[in-house]
Amino acid sequence: MAAVSPTDFRGRGLPAWQPKRWSWVVIIFAVWIFGYLVLQGHNALVDGQPSTAVQDWFTKLTASITANRNTNPLFVYGFNYIGNALDSLFPWIQSALTNIGWTGVTAVFGAVALAFGNWRVSILAVLGFLSFGVLGVWADAMDTLALTIAAVVLSVIVGLALGVWAGMSDRFSRIVTPVLDFMQILPSFAYLPLITLFFLIGPGSSIIATMIYAVPPVIRLTSAGIREVSETTVEAATSLGSTRAQRLRQVQLPMAKKTIVLGINQTMMAALSMVTICALIGAPGLGETVLAAVEKLNVGVAFNAGFAIVIMAIVLDRMTTAASERTEKARRSGSVAHAGRRRATLIGAVVVAAVACYEGANYVWANQFSDGAAHPISGPVNTLSNWVELHLYTVTSWISNTTTYRVINPLENLFEQSPWWLVIIAMVALSIVLAGARVAITTALCLGVIIWFGLWNSAMHTLASVLVGSLIVMVFGTALGVWAGRNRRLETMLRPLLDAGQVMPAFVFLPPCLGLFGVGTFTGIVAAVVYAMPAVVKVVIEGIHGVSPTTIEAAQSSGSSTWQIISKVQLPMARPQLLLAFNQGVIYVLAMVVVGGLVGSQGLGLAVVTGFAQSQLAGLGLAAGIAIVLLGVMLDRITQGAGKARRTSGAS
Amino acid sequence: MTKNRRTRVRVLALLVAAALAVAACGGAKVGASSSSPPAATGSAGSSAKPCGTVNIAVNPWVGYEADFAVVAYLLRTKLGCTVVQKNLTEQVSWQGFASGQVDVVLENWGHPELVAKYIKIATPVAEDFGQTGNKGIIGWYVPAWMATQYPDITDYKNLNKYANLFKTAESGGKGQLLDGDPSYVTNDVALVKNLNLNYKVVVGGSEATLIKSLETATTQKKPLLFYFYEPQWALANLKVARITLPPYTTGCDTNPAKVACDYPPYDLNKVVSVKFANSGSPAVQFIKNFNWTNDNQNQVAEYIANENMKDDAAAQKWVAANQSVWLPWLAGTGAS
Repeated sequence: MAAVSPTDFRGRGLPAWQPKRWSWVVIIFAVWIFGYLVLQGHNALVDGQPSTAVQDWFTKLTASITANRNTNPLFVYGFNYIGNALDSLFPWIQSALTNIGWTGVTAVFGAVALAFGNWRVSILAVLGFLSFGVLGVWADAMDTLALTIAAVVLSVIVGLALGVWAGMSDRFSRIVTPVLDFMQILPSFAYLPLITLFFLIGPGSSIIATMIYAVPPVIRLTSAGIREVSETTVEAATSLGSTRAQRLRQVQLPMAKKTIVLGINQTMMAALSMVTICALIGAPGLGETVLAAVEKLNVGVAFNAGFAIVIMAIVLDRMTTAASERTEKARRSGSVAHAGRRRATLIGAVVVAAVACYEGANYVWANQFSDGAAHPISGPVNTLSNWVELHLYTVTSWISNTTTYRVINPLENLFEQSPWWLVIIAMVALSIVLAGARVAITTALCLGVIIWFGLWNSAMHTLASVLVGSLIVMVFGTALGVWAGRNRRLETMLRPLLDAGQVMPAFVFLPPCLGLFGVGTFTGIVAAVVYAMPAVVKVVIEGIHGVSPTTIEAAQSSGSSTWQIISKVQLPMARPQLLLAFNQGVIYVLAMVVVGGLVGSQGLGLAVVTGFAQSQLAGLGLAAGIAIVLLGVMLDRITQGAGKARRTSGAS
Repeated sequence: MTKNRRTRVRVLALLVAAALAVAACGGAKVGASSSSPPAATGSAGSSAKPCGTVNIAVNPWVGYEADFAVVAYLLRTKLGCTVVQKNLTEQVSWQGFASGQVDVVLENWGHPELVAKYIKIATPVAEDFGQTGNKGIIGWYVPAWMATQYPDITDYKNLNKYANLFKTAESGGKGQLLDGDPSYVTNDVALVKNLNLNYKVVVGGSEATLIKSLETATTQKKPLLFYFYEPQWALANLKVARITLPPYTTGCDTNPAKVACDYPPYDLNKVVSVKFANSGSPAVQFIKNFNWTNDNQNQVAEYIANENMKDDAAAQKWVAANQSVWLPWLAGTGAS
């Protein structure tokens, strides 16, 4: 919050009535609704208006790419090469993992966890891997692991290089930061069809799609880590005569190691969640198990595989976090405690791993997990899911219908049936009020391009659903976040659920959502809310923790009630985080729009799915994907702009 | 000095223990089969000609998966082929013929536009390989309880009378006609318009949505009008009644915008790439011979969907009990 000093008011009186920023928002909406009521239906564009020229051009483009894939030099010497190389990388890693069997893989990862972390993480890793076998998904888990390893290794190679460059060169950092921002708001489902256009379906295109999503964290954190290295240390090294390369190698990189390892951790998490989404474009592994199970409406099997994904995420996360903690400890202490004992343990672990690999490579029992009960937790989950659907249907369908009729449909009508110029004027006005003139230009451009694409109606439908979804996420997410922020015990219980929610593939919840809420926009919104909730809750918890305890104590000692403390101290002081949470909520909800298209939510998501399914509509799909990205950019800029504190009046 | 000796002793003890463990833990030896990726196994076959790799497209409905399960199982175990599964939608599968990514489409539902694009051209990239024996029916359906309660609902001319029943939050005041996966063959938008029905087509997005909606409509007695098809495993447990539309006549669906008749009965056929057909592999003859009934397919589909069996397990179970059906498929391939 900007500090307001008495000198700000010197020579000026406060104007008689200074409307706050949010009251402008209300005014704009009021004018818009009035205009809608008067002009309903006029100039309301339907999909395909003003023309489908752009979509047709896209279709021709995709057709020509498909036809010329083996003749155009750009493909033959470029994309095809990359695609084939990555396609062959995957089976190589996959066969390495399969050859040493489950004993080998479990022991090796246990040993690696011990070497880079500590014994606790090692035991967690061993138990985690054993659980894949117990859950009956060992082979699929290995496929997912192979894809993740391939994507992470490549991302780290590329990311470290670019991150170091960004850390050393201000100019490069200025160029690369907006690109990274863009890559992180890119809704993942929207660009998958585009990737398959260039790289065809298979593990190769999945690795590329995953890299796009996973590279930004390692670049950002490497750059940040290098820049954080204290100037004095760098100066000391220079004064001793080191060259730039020596400085980088001997001083900056070692001191930035902790942050860099944190970046690898983030990349690994991003890669794992993206690899499961890539099941939509033919990536093998647990994601495909989930998708196949959802196709057969088998929630239990889907949840079983999803659970394995969560366990893998926890294991990999703890391994890399422990690694970053260890590097920090080692750097600070200068030597490792109990060096001899540790060396012995490590050698022991390596020996055990070698034995396990040998067993795994040569004996069937050690190679393939016996197919005991396939998917053991699927039975109970299915029973629970069926029970819930049967008994809660009346309540949930009432919620779904009421919300759709009372909230979603009217809002959609407001967006879809208003004259298009009225909507643009209103959105531009909102952008100016909330975020400034430059963002307003972005808004106008994005909306203009959407009209040019002939996708106005679908885009308005999507925009309305995204807004409803974001509001629902904010309301529930803030409530939960405030509660957990104030109550440490709840937070400890909630954290693993939040982490699981971020990694569990979104499709797992589709069958029960379909059963409870029926086909339609509301189901899509529910799926999006579930997907976005963990991120929002985490940011809100951060915000509540960030409020200084002294302030709260002061409020308590002056006699405020709990509600007063929350509403008058904690929430206002956490406002930047609340607005960040809203920004994140919007981005996550928008990302799920395509999944909504799979359950009857009309709009851009369905257009992407349709374009992917029918080649004569490929242009529609491509245009819709780009439209989703444009909406994302526009909403991101507006919500980020709204988050920046105003310096002049301190008014909200 | 003692510390080093202690460490050395520890390491030595560990090595001895390891050697003992290796010696003790014997068991069945792992052959070539353990080191190949799951989707492509090359276990030894019989005295058949070398088969090589077969890329089979698998479209997103369970009936197709049933076809694939049995065909892949027999190709692998009887002919020693390496079968690669490609999960693709119908349109994308045909695209794969040209690029060599796809060799075989096991179940094709008509698609005259794809036939015109890939088969009926100067240098065809694909060819029709005969019928699968499955009869495909697409149509409009309501859950059985509606036909009992409203007997005249099955005549399309009465649908406008009941439009209010089918209204949902998505259908904008009209009755809802629920469609499935956007990649499926459908004339529903044109049909609704040309038959002057007060309905709106809502695309469900997937086969799962259709089946789930039918399930809910049956258990909760909710009205539902939807696009559906046979062969279909879900129809074993959920009963439906078909809506009678104006009967199909040859040529009534050539202009997609003017369609006002029911869907034609489909003789589902197999389509393969010309490259595959000329490859001389024994798999070619096998695919040509592949032929079974709707009941056969529904049974395997039921194993996969209702009993949660994996493709191979479902195929194995069916193959064990139906030798008379699949043995003729091996004629001319050199396998037995």
